[in-house]
Amino acid sequence: MNCELTKTTVHGYFDGELDAVRSTEFESHLESCLECQAELKEIESLRALLHNSNLYEHASPQFRERLRKQLAQATGAERVDAVSSRKWFLAPAFSVLAAAAAALMIVLLLSPSRTQSARISAELIDAHVRSLQPGHLTDVQSTDQHTVKPWFDGKLDFIPPVSDYSEQGFSLLGGRLDVVDGHNVAALVYARRKHFVNLFIWPARESEGLPDNSGSRRGYNWSAWQSGDMRFCLVSDAAATDLRELKGLMHR
Amino acid sequence: MQRQLIHWSLGTWDVLEAQDRIRFEQLVLPHLDSAANLARWLLRNRADSEDVVQEAMLRAYRFFDRFHGGDARAWLLQIVRNTCYTWLQKNRPSGLMTEFNEEVHQRPSATPETVAAQADERQRLMLALESLSPRSREVLVLRELEGCSYKEIGEITGIPIGTVMSTLSRARERLQRTLTAAAAKEML
Repeated sequence: MNCELTKTTVHGYFDGELDAVRSTEFESHLESCLECQAELKEIESLRALLHNSNLYEHASPQFRERLRKQLAQATGAERVDAVSSRKWFLAPAFSVLAAAAAALMIVLLLSPSRTQSARISAELIDAHVRSLQPGHLTDVQSTDQHTVKPWFDGKLDFIPPVSDYSEQGFSLLGGRLDVVDGHNVAALVYARRKHFVNLFIWPARESEGLPDNSGSRRGYNWSAWQSGDMRFCLVSDAAATDLRELKGLMHR
Repeated sequence: MQRQLIHWSLGTWDVLEAQDRIRFEQLVLPHLDSAANLARWLLRNRADSEDVVQEAMLRAYRFFDRFHGGDARAWLLQIVRNTCYTWLQKNRPSGLMTEFNEEVHQRPSATPETVAAQADERQRLMLALESLSPRSREVLVLRELEGCSYKEIGEITGIPIGTVMSTLSRARERLQRTLTAAAAKEML
């Protein structure tokens, strides 16, 4: 073999990894180089052989099951370890804890709405995560707002506003009932690229008096606000800017 | 009040852990087949590779907070690969040294039946792949079976992206040569 390109560039060309310029250059070289032509044919048939020989090793169902158990055990065990290894210093730490509790209680008394909103946002994230479990996402599955909205009729003591924003990149997938803070809420589900967004809607209660807020926790973003006498909260692992965008669309 | 507080914080912890767990299940677990495939070809043995994949998965879960988005498959395969090499170093250090592995052709399992089965093209291909060095084998498996781009191969194996093409070219050439040699042997 004399052609240097036969050893290298032909592979990049074959794998579609050359940029446009090098690819064109190589094609004009290929026309006159018998070595490269032969090599190209050879690696083509090698690939066909590899693809047709059923060599891919999938994880067996038994292995999947074993792994699932192992993961569950490991995560459970880690928690037990963490708790028991902390026990030894729990006693001296208790007075610190008591002081912290007292301090926290003062904070609690001074700003009830703040901690209440923290609790509710934690619950909403929890509800979002729960909804992602197989079969939990939607009770009514439809991309049509005129199907989703009537579905809520009679199931709640309010009718949530339902709109589809497919054209703006948020496709309505459906809706379901959920419970947050002991009350029934409507949940609409949107797809944003590969992310799911839950929109929780419930009538504002006077005792709530929650401020608008947004934040993130462990990769999940939320954004909550009030409009008229309804409360809204978006929760997703999509970017915070995506949530702002969806909120903006709803208020247009 | 104190009791309640402790309970409350454990409750939040559970919620956060559940979130991580679900995120892991959504992002990483779908690539279990890729992990199984790479490990099987690196270790040349299913039973060993299942143990190693299991270890790699647990490691991935433990280090999941270090995954900051991006290509979850490449991230996982990197861990699988490292776990495989650690295992090989411990259990089959000689296999890592040689560029070409003759031992495969002289495995004690080569009974008359398996020799007959080697006439099978697939069997011959498997043996040829297994006779390559781990470094050649992994780039071939990642490119041809897993469909990885050069960039992904570079990310997984730590080979500079500029070198992926020549590594792959050498690996293909070696596989081709081994196949031709095996076919010639059979003709005799």
